[in-house]
Amino acid sequence: MTSALWTHLAKDLRIEWRSREAINSMLFFALLVVVLFSLAFDPRGAFSREIAGGVLCVATMFASVSALNQAWAREIRHQVLDAQRMAPTSGADLFLAKVLANFLFVSIVQLLLAPVFLVFYNLQVEGSAWQLALVLPLGTWALVANGTFFAALSIRTRNRELLLPLILFPIFMPALLAMVLATTSILTGDSDPALWIKLLAGYDIIFTTVSLLLFDVVLQAE
Amino acid sequence: MTVPASEAGSSHVCARLDAVSKLFGSFAALRQVSAELEQGRCYVLIGENGAGKSTLLRILAGLLRPSFGTVKVFGGQDPHDARERIGYMSHAPMLYDELTAQENLRYFSDLYPGRPCLEPAEALRQVGLDPELPRTLGQYSQGMRQRTSLARVLLPVPELLLLDEPFSNMDVESARQMVELLAGFRQGNRTIVITTHQRELAAPIADWVLALKAGQVASFEPGSPTL
Repeated sequence: MTSALWTHLAKDLRIEWRSREAINSMLFFALLVVVLFSLAFDPRGAFSREIAGGVLCVATMFASVSALNQAWAREIRHQVLDAQRMAPTSGADLFLAKVLANFLFVSIVQLLLAPVFLVFYNLQVEGSAWQLALVLPLGTWALVANGTFFAALSIRTRNRELLLPLILFPIFMPALLAMVLATTSILTGDSDPALWIKLLAGYDIIFTTVSLLLFDVVLQAE
Repeated sequence: MTVPASEAGSSHVCARLDAVSKLFGSFAALRQVSAELEQGRCYVLIGENGAGKSTLLRILAGLLRPSFGTVKVFGGQDPHDARERIGYMSHAPMLYDELTAQENLRYFSDLYPGRPCLEPAEALRQVGLDPELPRTLGQYSQGMRQRTSLARVLLPVPELLLLDEPFSNMDVESARQMVELLAGFRQGNRTIVITTHQRELAAPIADWVLALKAGQVASFEPGSPTL
């Protein structure tokens, strides 16, 4: 972990603060999904708690794809990535800074979405609400760590906007299932989400480590 | 065709290309290019579009690896391993539109922690820009972006400076000022390689003019530098 990581992160946060491209596009899309699902299913009571976890996770997943694509598009717009490749810093710093920035952006969107979600789905948490503070960050990290890696992998392809979800969603599936089942367990209070939380944590450690180890290869690919 | 080092011999060679070829699929962008670039000289690469100028520069920068042949810089290092000593300016600005010039330069100088860099404000003054300009780069003219881009590559004071079409989008006066700046830079025993379609603009600092045609060295002539 070096100062270059904070340099990259500070730059990404400053650019997002000025443009608000990622957060605005994600928020708009996620709101749309949440509202449309609430209209389609008329969620109330127990049924609302059954589907809320899935709706929240799927809304986050689809919404974050636009931000993940934009994250690297900004780097290749004026060949900034080449200048970063020329700098004597590790690719892992660049990758981790991007993951942290995207994690922050998605988390902000989730926080803004939470009150809307509670209102539209008449939610009452039956289980331990504090466990949501574990499940959501772990699931979000799984999404952005993989998403940032695969967005970088598809950066030089012609149909990268299409390619990213095609690669990302199947690989993210185990984490998505764990996230949905854990959230539903917490909302309904029917079962213990501990197993799913452990699975999410394991998934995060494995995929983050592999991505960090492979990122330099992706960065230097021609 | 091989471009030999001139009178100085190999002890002052800054970069050496040995039978370098670069294939993109079945297309050969460079074919068997060999050259030795001496320290403290300015080389001007000319040639038509697609002649291989930018590819050669990117190989020297370590951004591309040759398909065949070898490239060594600074007495035997791989360009990628010596990248902090190499400055590369593409025809794209390689900067962020959303940041001011000074913020862009501060960001890049922070990525060279072990290397004494110029102050961003100083680098901007050197290229004739006002460092206090509050506008973001997206609001700059093409010429101003080009100058900011030059300031970016000058920041870590590279020993090998690679400039891809540095005069594009520049008026004649600005190009002349850039050439004067580069002449001063070269006097610090630094090597410059410039690709250009405007040979006459680079002529005052051109020690050698290297013409590429269809990926091969077509000619190699001494220039007549006046600066």
